[in-house]
Amino acid sequence: MQARNLNLAVGAFVLLGILALLFMALQVSNLSTGSSGSTYELKASFDNIGGLKPRAAVRSAGVLVGRVRQIQFDDQQYQALVILDMDARYQFPKDTSAKILTSGLLGDNYIGLEPGGDLEMLKAADRIRMTQSAVVLENLISQFLYNKATEPSSPPSGGARK
Amino acid sequence: MRIALEWVATLGQTAFKFVRQLGVFAILLWKILMRTPAIWKRPGLIGAQVHFLGNHSLAIILVAGLFVGLVLGLQGYYTLRRYGSEEALGLLVALALVRELGPVIAALLFAGRAGTSLTAEIGLMKAGEQLSALETMAVDPVARVLGPRFFGGLIVVPLLATLFSAVGVIGGWMVGVVLIGVDPGAFWSQMSGGVDFWDDVVNGVIKSVVFGIAVTQVALMQGYESRPTPEGVARATTLTVVVGSLAVLGLDFVLTALMFGEL
Repeated sequence: MQARNLNLAVGAFVLLGILALLFMALQVSNLSTGSSGSTYELKASFDNIGGLKPRAAVRSAGVLVGRVRQIQFDDQQYQALVILDMDARYQFPKDTSAKILTSGLLGDNYIGLEPGGDLEMLKAADRIRMTQSAVVLENLISQFLYNKATEPSSPPSGGARK
Repeated sequence: MRIALEWVATLGQTAFKFVRQLGVFAILLWKILMRTPAIWKRPGLIGAQVHFLGNHSLAIILVAGLFVGLVLGLQGYYTLRRYGSEEALGLLVALALVRELGPVIAALLFAGRAGTSLTAEIGLMKAGEQLSALETMAVDPVARVLGPRFFGGLIVVPLLATLFSAVGVIGGWMVGVVLIGVDPGAFWSQMSGGVDFWDDVVNGVIKSVVFGIAVTQVALMQGYESRPTPEGVARATTLTVVVGSLAVLGLDFVLTALMFGEL
């Protein structure tokens, strides 16, 4: 009886631990929403990927449709070659365009897909033709400053005279 | 000049002692690992240790985990609100717990709650010459006394760390969603979007396995090598907490650098 109680207590403890791990796996982490389903591969070349990282989201209309598997540098074209793992449930037309976007003001980079109107669909290992690079803040600022500097200097405004 | 030389000599002696302790630690660990098959022939002994080390530590781990989660929820909300990203509270709480706080605090609490009792038990066995008595009866004290305790600790610490993290996440949820009113959908989806099972959860479990080995082994070694006097056992028990905690924190830095660092 004594030994049975002990076994029962130990069993309950171990079971509790396994349940906690299950909770971590299914509720806390992305195991349930991870790439468990079948996927197909797409490629896209970008002039500049900004802060895009492997495992970043691929979204269309805001919905997660895939993930970035790999990012390589193509030393023939001097572009970044991004390989995407797309959810096999979703198909996209051949003239789909890919953009690198940022979630929120300071969020992570992700790839946004905008489907076109082509009747033919992208197949596995196809390349997305139309791409738009990440917006690099430094380039934006330097462009802005350059425009400012080339502007004809305006006369001092009325408020400054007082 | 004389004093300086004396000082250098003391330093050398300390370094010598430290290396010697490391050697004793490694040899004892090796002895236990070599007897693994013999130890697992009697799983009842390990089960009893899991009960003694695990079930009795459950209360402190659950309560501590809950409160750490509650505090993380409050403090995280305070900071995230400044950037208007309160929804990321779930992610912050879960990542902090799974990667660092769960394994580390669970191991520190385990060192204080269970490690000390291991050291005191074995130290008193040694002081009462029970270990020598076992040897006289041709029973190997390493296999009979140390082994089951080692594997018990090895099993218990990862379970406790996982429970700590899980309860902490629930604590963060209580403060964030129930008390403050963060949107529950965003709370959970940001969390599961940002926490990776293999990179975060499994690495956290690996960490806690390493901590379990370190803390349990430190406790066993301190008890086994203690001087067989009341004073010696008291000193060994103190050393268990000090050395065990420092080992956990030091190992945590190394493991974090290896797992999550960009080294």
